[in-house]
Amino acid sequence: MTKRDEDLIRRIAQGARTGQISRRDFMNYSAAAGLTVAGATSLWTKQAKAAPSAGGTFRWGIHDGNTGDTHDPGTYVTRTMIFLAHTHRSYLTMINGDGSLGPDLADSWEANETASEWTFEINANASFHSGRPVTGNDVVASFNHHRGDDSTSAAKALLSDVVDITADGNTVTFTLSGGNADLPWLMTDYHFAICPANDDGTIDWRSGDGSGPYQIDTGEFGVQFSLTRHDGWHGEGAWFDNVDIIVLNDPNARQTALVTGDVDAVSQVDVKTMALLERDPNIQVFNVPSAGAITLPMHCDTAPFDNVDVRNALKLSINRDEIIEKILYGAGTKGNDFHHSPAQPYWPDDIPQRDYDPDQARSLLKKAGAEGLTVSLSTADSVSAGAVDMAVLYAEHAKEAGINIEVVREPNDGYYSDVWLKKPFSLVSWGARPTPDVMYTLAYKSDAAWNESRWQNERFNEILLQAKAELDDSLRAEMYREMAMLARDDGGTVIPFFNNFVYGARGNVGTPDALASSWESDGGRAASRWWFTE
Amino acid sequence: MGDLAQLVLKRLGYGLLTLLVVSILIFFAVELLPGDVAEAVLGQGATPETVAAMREQLGLDRPAIIRYVEWLGGAVTGDFGISAVSGDPVMQVIGTRFVNTLFLAAYAAVIAVPFAIVLGIIVALLRNSVFDRVANVATLTSISSPEFFLGYILILFLAVKVPLFPAIASLSGDMSFFQLLERTFLPALTLVLVVTAHMMRMTRASIINLLASPYIEMARLKGVPPWKVIVRHALPNAWAPIINVVALNLAYLITGVVLVEVVFVYPGIGQALVDAVSKRDFPVVQAASLIFAGTFILLNLAADIGAILTNPRLRHPK
Repeated sequence: MTKRDEDLIRRIAQGARTGQISRRDFMNYSAAAGLTVAGATSLWTKQAKAAPSAGGTFRWGIHDGNTGDTHDPGTYVTRTMIFLAHTHRSYLTMINGDGSLGPDLADSWEANETASEWTFEINANASFHSGRPVTGNDVVASFNHHRGDDSTSAAKALLSDVVDITADGNTVTFTLSGGNADLPWLMTDYHFAICPANDDGTIDWRSGDGSGPYQIDTGEFGVQFSLTRHDGWHGEGAWFDNVDIIVLNDPNARQTALVTGDVDAVSQVDVKTMALLERDPNIQVFNVPSAGAITLPMHCDTAPFDNVDVRNALKLSINRDEIIEKILYGAGTKGNDFHHSPAQPYWPDDIPQRDYDPDQARSLLKKAGAEGLTVSLSTADSVSAGAVDMAVLYAEHAKEAGINIEVVREPNDGYYSDVWLKKPFSLVSWGARPTPDVMYTLAYKSDAAWNESRWQNERFNEILLQAKAELDDSLRAEMYREMAMLARDDGGTVIPFFNNFVYGARGNVGTPDALASSWESDGGRAASRWWFTE
Repeated sequence: MGDLAQLVLKRLGYGLLTLLVVSILIFFAVELLPGDVAEAVLGQGATPETVAAMREQLGLDRPAIIRYVEWLGGAVTGDFGISAVSGDPVMQVIGTRFVNTLFLAAYAAVIAVPFAIVLGIIVALLRNSVFDRVANVATLTSISSPEFFLGYILILFLAVKVPLFPAIASLSGDMSFFQLLERTFLPALTLVLVVTAHMMRMTRASIINLLASPYIEMARLKGVPPWKVIVRHALPNAWAPIINVVALNLAYLITGVVLVEVVFVYPGIGQALVDAVSKRDFPVVQAASLIFAGTFILLNLAADIGAILTNPRLRHPK
C-alpha cells in the first residue's frame, strides 16, 4: 500500500468516525483505496464502535491526593495533581495512546543538526481559561519556574543542561549545553505544565488558570475538583461537558464507588481484587504495561557488591515469574536488569531474558569467593504494594543459591531521604519516564545525583552522551541496545519487573483502542480522551 | 451560682495551660519525626539544592525554638500562621474541614445520644430478659469491631447489595441539606454504632445501681409503675455518670473519626491532620491538635457542669 493510500484510508476512517459518510460509501471508498471487503468491514466496525459522543459529567476517582497539594507545578507529586494538571493545563508535547509523541501546545518542533538548539511553535489557537492567548513568554516563564538558584522545583535536575530559553512571538527556542535529541519527549514531564506569565517573568500558578481542555470551577485540595469544558481548547477531544475529580485514597472506597456507580472511572484498581472486578459485566478493567519499575540497586562501590560476579549472582537468584504471579497477580512485565521498558521507544527486543538460575548463581559466587554470602536488603511498606512481601519472597529464592538475604523493614517515613541512596542494597519504586535517555541520565549516569547503584561504567556513560545527541533513530536504537547489555551484565541493579497500570471504568465509558502507558487513566488524560457511549 | 462561675473560670484557666503544654509537645514531636517539610514535599524528587532553597524560603534554617516562639506569638493573637506546604492561611486550610467534622459529629450525636439513653432505660427496665441480652450483645459486638470494618459491612449491605445509600460521602457545594443527610448517612450510622454501646451500658448500669436504694423500694411499695420508677425516681440521680460518658463519646465523635473519614472519603479534619503530619506541615498539625485538645477540655468542663447542675447537693454546697 502506498503512502497516499494509507493517507486516504485514514481520512475515510475519520469520515466514518465522525459520521460524515455512510457504511455503503465507506465500503466503496475503501475498496477504491485498495482495502479488501473484510478489511473494510472490520475497520468500519472498529471506527463506528469508537465513535465518541459528546456530553455528560465524567466522575473520576483518583487514588492519590493530599490536603497539602498545591497548583505549583514545581512540587506536583500526587497523582491527583498530575492528572488534574493534564486536565486543566497544557504541555508543549504529549504522549499519544500508541506511545508516539504528539503535539499539545506546540504545533511543531525542530532541532539544529547537533540537537543542541530546539525551536517549538506554539499553536496560535491556544488560549488560557481567562481568555488570553498562550504566547512564547508564558512558556519561557513556565520553564524558568523550574530553573535558577532559588527554584524549589523537583524538576530542576531535568533542565540542568538547558542554557537559555527565549521567545519570539509564538516561537520558543531552547539552547542546550549539549545535544539532546529527547528534548521534545522531556517536555511531557508532568512538572512542565504551562502557566500564565506575570509581567515580572514569574508565573501565576496560584489561580489555577491554564490552557487545558477543562477549567476549574471549584476545588479543594485532597478532596475534589469540579471542571467545565474550555471551549477555546486548541486540541481534539474533550467530549465530556463536565469533569469531577474525586480523591479516593482508600482502595476499598475506590472499588465500591466504581461498583455502585458513584464514579465513572477510577485511576487504580487493587491487583488483589482485579480478577473479581473483571467478572462484573458493568465494569471494564484496563491492564496496561507501563515503564514504571521496581529496582533493587546495589552500591557497586561497597563490598560485597563491588564484585560483578556477586551482583550477577544476586540477579540470577530472583524468580521474577513467581514474583509477578504472587505479588502483582500477573499485572507486570518481566524485567531484565536494564531500566528500559517495552513501553518506551527504542526498546531492544532481542536481548536474552535473564531467568532464575540458582546453580549458575552458586558458581558465580564460588568464582568470586563469596560462598555463604549474607546481605541486608532494606525496604518499607510504603515503597509499593507488597514491597516487604516481595523482599521476603526474594530471600527465599536466594536461599536456593546459597545467599542469605536479611530483609530489613525500614520506617515508611523518610524512606527516600534516609534509606534510598544511603543503604547499600534497597528496594525502590520508579515512576514511568518517557524515554530511556531520561531514565539512564537520572539514575545510571556516573555523576547523576540519583545514581542509586553508584555504578561507574566508562563505555556506558560515553554512549549515553552520544545517543542523547543522535538524531538518527536506527543508530540510537543500536546504542540503547548496547547500553542495555552493559547495564544488564555489569550494572548494579536488579529489576524484577515493570509494573502494569491497572485501572477501571464503568461499562458505558468509551475509550480509544490504544491507552497511553505514561500514567494510569490513559496517560492521565482520560478526561479529554474518553467519552460516554450511552 | 457564684461558685459555679468561679469553677468554670478556673477550669478554663487550666485548659489554656493544658493547650500550651500540648502545643509544646506537638511541636517537638513533629521536630522529632524524620525529615522536614522540604523533604516531604519534594519526596523522591528532592536534591540537596532544592531542599536547601525550600528550607530557606520557609525559614526552616532557623533554630527550632525560635520558630516555636514565633508561632506561639502569632497563635496568642489568633493568627495560626500559614500552611508550610500550600502557603494558605491555616484557618482557611482546616476551617471547612472542621465544619464538616462538626456536622458529622452532630449528625451522629443527634441519633446516638437519645437512642443510647432510651435503649439504656428500656434494658434497665427489662433487665435480664431476652431483649436485654440481645441489645447488650448487639451493641457490644458493634463497639468491639474496628470502625473501618463496621463501615465496610454497612457499605456492603446498604450500598452494594441493596443500593439504598451512596457508598462515598464526598460533598459538593450545591447540595441541599437533605442530600447532605443522605450522603453522610452511612458514616453517621457507623459512628452511631461505635458510640452507642458505651452510653447505653452506662445508662443501664447506673440505673440498676440505684434500683437497690431504699427510696426506690419505697416508690415500688407505694405502687408506682416500673417505668415511672425508673424515669421519675432513678434517672434523675443517674444523670451524672451518664453525662460524663456522653461527653467522652462526643469528644470521640470529633477527634477519633479519621478511619471513618477514610473509608467513606469524607473530607473531615482527621484526614487533614494525617496529611499534614505526613507532609510535616507543622502549623496545620498544631492547629488541628489544639482544636482536638480544646474539644476535650471544653466537653469535660461541660460534663462537670452538667453533673453539678443535675445534683442538688453539688449545686448548693454547705
